[in-house]
Amino acid sequence: MSTMVPDQRGRYGRFGGKYVPETAMYALEELEQSLDEAMADEQFMANYHEELKKYSGRPTPITHAENLSKRLGGAQIYLKREDLNHTGAHKLNNAIGQALLAVRMGKEKIVAETGAGQHGVAAATVAARFGLECKVFMGKEDIRRQELNVFRMKLLGAEVVPVSSGSKTLKDATNEAIRYWVANVEDTFYLIGSVVGPHPYPKMVRDFQRVIGDESREQMEDLPNKVIACVGGGSNAMGMFYPFLQDDVQLVGVEAAGKGIHTGEHAATLSEGRLGVIHGSITYLLQNETGQIQEPHSISAGLDYPGIGPEHAYLSETGRVTYTGITDMEALDALKVLSEEEGIIPAIESAHALSEAIKQAPDMAKDETILVCLSGRGDKDVHTIMEHLGGEVDE
Amino acid sequence: MNKRFEKHVDGRSDLFIPFIVAGDPTEEATIKLALMLQEEGANAIELGIPYSDPLADGPVIQRASIRALEHGMSLEKAMNIVPKMRERGLEIPVIVFTYYNLLLQLGEERFFALVRENNIDGLLVPDLPFEESEEWRESCKMNDTALISLVAPTTSDKRLTAIAKEATGFLYCVSSLGVTGTRTDFHSSVFEFIDRVKSLSPIPVAVGFGVSAPEQVAKLKEYCDGVIVGSAIVRQIEAQVDGLTNEETQVEAIDHIRSYIRDLISPYEKLKINT
Repeated sequence: MSTMVPDQRGRYGRFGGKYVPETAMYALEELEQSLDEAMADEQFMANYHEELKKYSGRPTPITHAENLSKRLGGAQIYLKREDLNHTGAHKLNNAIGQALLAVRMGKEKIVAETGAGQHGVAAATVAARFGLECKVFMGKEDIRRQELNVFRMKLLGAEVVPVSSGSKTLKDATNEAIRYWVANVEDTFYLIGSVVGPHPYPKMVRDFQRVIGDESREQMEDLPNKVIACVGGGSNAMGMFYPFLQDDVQLVGVEAAGKGIHTGEHAATLSEGRLGVIHGSITYLLQNETGQIQEPHSISAGLDYPGIGPEHAYLSETGRVTYTGITDMEALDALKVLSEEEGIIPAIESAHALSEAIKQAPDMAKDETILVCLSGRGDKDVHTIMEHLGGEVDE
Repeated sequence: MNKRFEKHVDGRSDLFIPFIVAGDPTEEATIKLALMLQEEGANAIELGIPYSDPLADGPVIQRASIRALEHGMSLEKAMNIVPKMRERGLEIPVIVFTYYNLLLQLGEERFFALVRENNIDGLLVPDLPFEESEEWRESCKMNDTALISLVAPTTSDKRLTAIAKEATGFLYCVSSLGVTGTRTDFHSSVFEFIDRVKSLSPIPVAVGFGVSAPEQVAKLKEYCDGVIVGSAIVRQIEAQVDGLTNEETQVEAIDHIRSYIRDLISPYEKLKINT
């Protein structure tokens, strides 16, 4: 089944598609054609893998979280260390792929949206590496939350454009990036950061992130019993899950339950959203009764997205992947535990996946395994973590 | 074929099609603005439905959407304003301009029930491209509703031919890439593009995105059958928000906008319909 999607129209079952203004259609057609040609070009793919290896430092290792596993007394927890990528998260895998494609298409500028700033940093990084001009759209609210990443992007030579439309977060930054791209498509490539957006973006990002799952399959001695990853738009999860879809492995996606699903302040798109259109794709999204898109809440800027990649919506509907929710506080607890037990400070995003593993491990046998996608490192989150845990860490 | 389109749009080459956002700043102002636009020679009205994430729109219409949403406007409420316009003398076609998500949430059946009950004539969905619109084209046909199609300078010949063949009402030519909003100048290649569209279209061709000055209208008049004016009018409305909100100053505020419109479309030398 997984090999069947998306179809010619960019559909994953009833999800996906291309719901964009006519002005964007040419840009998507051009991209689709160039992407197909690049993916079929061995030299292009060889370049991509070479960059992953020599620039980003891949393959990333898998670490057995022995202390944590012992403490929980159940399944063995393994961590796919995407935090060890250059720039500190899985985002660079995709940014390298798309930047190489931009160069191949003869584009001189890239434009990107960013929430937590990780994708913005990845975009600014590859722009520097491949000699591209880079504009990153970022919500004003996120700029406030992620000062450090804003500075990193500027240091890398990118222009950070503050977005004050709508709710001033990731969805609005994405709107602005799309608007800008459509107006400047002749020389500009839109480097999207997740498995969202109109076809062929969800497919392209999945294919540039599947290296996470491909490597994991090779690195694990036996197939893991469970694979767990966090889901905002869902690119690390899609990249991790995709190579395991045909295997007898339980796949679990973890959404941000924010302050709790029942408080209304969360980003749990699959459990609380309804079918609709966001950023050019049919999927589940958080919206009010009449269809206005609603502001999500999560402590982590990277999961603070009101939609979800259309392939996740499809995998949820077919039942192949189970999706759960982890609250802000649960994620912070998991972050603290991993820091203390294993000496790894995870990104708050990744701590959502870890928290789910901590919940499930005790109910599993000691010879069973859980592979967690540790999508990024927590350095960017220290301010947020200090705000919430400050007192406790002081002890 | 829709009767109001037949009477006011078909076969004409001096089309003035204004766009306003429903509920910007109030429902009553929207009704009065629609009537004024008809008096000034509008051939149809695009009634914009405010949306939280208007991907095709620039800052002017984004702000208007926020104003309208603050008062709780919705697709259904906007459609229910139309009969009030009709009661007060609106005869020209009304085209509902809505993003696809709002339409999906209301549902096809409910939408067309409201179209029939409320004498609505057309639908324009800026984020529903030709490839995704087959089902809606069929249901619009069955309901005598024009589904307005857009073409852009980057639209390939192949798609342009397919779109023109299925288009109803009028064909909406996007003057430039990017979002709605006023522009001082058109790229010279735009006129070649309009020629290309004219040669393929069996229905009137109107140009929109960035039309904001009488000189532009005069120039476009030579190439196509009409203009669609959105942001330029919405900007005028924005400047008169206080006046439009207050009953005592409403007439004065409307007249301000009226004189702008009169000047803008002066190259068309329109005969007024209702005065």
